[in-house]
Amino acid sequence: MLRSALLKSSSKQYALALAVLCVFSSPFLRAQDTFHLEATNSTDRIRIAVADFKPQSADPATSGYKHTFDTTLFADLNAAGIFDIVSKGLIPQSAPGNQAEMNLAQWSAPPASAAMVAFGNLSANNGRLIVNGFLDDTKNTQFPQVFVKQYSEEASDDQARQIAHRFADEIIARLGGGGVGIAETKIYYVKQTGQNKEIWEMDYDGANQHALTHLGTVSMSPRISPDNSRLAFSSLGREGFQIKMFSLLLNRMITFPAAGGTNLSPAWAPSGNQIAFSSSRTGDPEIWTADANGSIARRITSFRGPDVSPVYNPKTGAQIAWVSGRTGQPQIYIMDSDGSGVTRMTDGGYATSPSWSPNGQFLAFAWDRKYGPGAPGGQDIYVMEIASKRWIQLTHDIGRCDFPSWSPDGRHIVFANTPDGKDAHMRIMTMLADGTQKRALTGSGGDMPNWSWK
Amino acid sequence: MTLQSKPWKWALLAAALSFATGCHHSKPLNNAGANPNETATSNLPAPTATLTADPLAIDIGQSLVLNWRTTNATSVVIDGIGPVPVNGTQTVSPSNSTIFKLTAKGDGGSTEANVLVTVRVPQPPSAADENANGSEDKTDEVTFHQNVKDVFFDYDSFDLRPDAQQAALSAARYLAAHPAIKVLIGGYCDDRGSAEYNITLGENRANAARTALISAGVPASRIRVVSYGKERQFCTEENETCWQENRRAQFNIDR
Repeated sequence: MLRSALLKSSSKQYALALAVLCVFSSPFLRAQDTFHLEATNSTDRIRIAVADFKPQSADPATSGYKHTFDTTLFADLNAAGIFDIVSKGLIPQSAPGNQAEMNLAQWSAPPASAAMVAFGNLSANNGRLIVNGFLDDTKNTQFPQVFVKQYSEEASDDQARQIAHRFADEIIARLGGGGVGIAETKIYYVKQTGQNKEIWEMDYDGANQHALTHLGTVSMSPRISPDNSRLAFSSLGREGFQIKMFSLLLNRMITFPAAGGTNLSPAWAPSGNQIAFSSSRTGDPEIWTADANGSIARRITSFRGPDVSPVYNPKTGAQIAWVSGRTGQPQIYIMDSDGSGVTRMTDGGYATSPSWSPNGQFLAFAWDRKYGPGAPGGQDIYVMEIASKRWIQLTHDIGRCDFPSWSPDGRHIVFANTPDGKDAHMRIMTMLADGTQKRALTGSGGDMPNWSWK
Repeated sequence: MTLQSKPWKWALLAAALSFATGCHHSKPLNNAGANPNETATSNLPAPTATLTADPLAIDIGQSLVLNWRTTNATSVVIDGIGPVPVNGTQTVSPSNSTIFKLTAKGDGGSTEANVLVTVRVPQPPSAADENANGSEDKTDEVTFHQNVKDVFFDYDSFDLRPDAQQAALSAARYLAAHPAIKVLIGGYCDDRGSAEYNITLGENRANAARTALISAGVPASRIRVVSYGKERQFCTEENETCWQENRRAQFNIDR
């Protein structure tokens, strides 16, 4: 009970700490230029140990699946950003296969000093992969078991990974103070294939990269629908860029009406019933909304100059952030979904690619500031608190960054980065929302990532 | 940074919060888009001018009526006619397609207005016409690009520079003389900046070129626009010369 209360307050502390540290990036306080924010203090993170699962059958395939399962489970819990995970070198040698074999004292004592232990058994028999996963609270010696779950799938390396993802998400759901796990989420992105660009999909950890479209042209800006069933994107044809739709259920393109002018950068309202996009069908690129079939299209901006890259507030669906060049270089604005209440968010530089956080409070975007504190030199990922317009810079000196996208748990951001500035070397990276734990998910040729909704 | 309470840190925070009225303040930025044709030399109102022709296209030997109106002008001159009243009409009978240019000057500055008049001259059939169309198409391409030159833009801008305005007028003259040709205008950007934003900037560039052609008399139905953003590059060096090469509206024959 106390632990879950602690976790709830720690996620509040995260939001407050982020807001508080935004103050220190104000130009009024020149003493501090850049700094690193802890997503949660290490004292607030739960110390969890992950045992190697016990192989339950002699089938030689089992050891391969077990290795995949063990490494994936460890990586998922490590990436979640809410655990202090016990390194494999500090855990007891024994691999308990079930509750009877679990010796809590071994795991709660140093050097492991774990508060929680995930363990269980795995077997592959007759083409079937079966995993029993347990989660124990080491401090509760009378009733240690938090939950136990069995998974049974067709035996394959991919299923070993997917079962690990599901078990990790279950642990996060139980221990994460109400947050969702992202281990089963996907990232949709643009893959450069020679002269062309296609839309690809991969697991949130970079595994399972594969093509969705084979259109043989330049396609970009993939955006998955809130129910994860349809992918909207833009594609270059004879009449310029048009919005297209791909069905993940049918695994093929589905019809979407073309319109005059250039139509691009679609975005979904959280209801799944409405999309926003940029269209120049009346001459100047403006932000339009339409229903999910492209009907009942309505223009909601009327500014001279480019208007593009809309994104809905995913918590309320009542606001849209977008990029406008009405004053010269592109800036980020927000407005109500009907076009009223236009508010400018950035005050200069070159700002593009807004992504709205799941809790509705923050915008992540790409910004080349060329001025102000922090000696900014290039295009980096920033996070701004919408209510106060205070911001922090998350990437520094790693090259040109663009197209940030929030994870559905609000704790991670995936983005595109090219270390030497050349478009051909663009790759996709992931990090915690405080800028720590950056790592690459793809090699060169990956761009414009979009994280799925939960 | 932890939030364990240290009273002096909270005091500093409180002070900071009371000083920080926001991480930024709006700076007024340049407003791009002054009309290059109008020059305001004083606080007096600048002159305005409109010039129309009726009809816009005639057969050789026929005549048409020029009609102009100006405000705030003290002297008005039409090329090829000479000084004219500030408002008026004039019947003319040109022998080939012409752009009539009116200049209105006043105490507040000067301005121009143009109208393109098409004169249809019947062409005698030539032996070349009986040849395969392929070679004629190629000649079309070459002379097309000699006469209809791409226009180039400043960084992050879609305003036509004065040299681009001139290029548009010459292009319109050529297109008036070849009424069967349809034009595809491609909008392009240099490789800096965001892919999505650049597609819309390229669109605005191509549309600016399209508007210039239409103002010079080319019917809108003969012009089509496609933006490529930064997805197609004419060169790849990372220097201003190459970037300028890429910031363009390109004209092609639309087949």
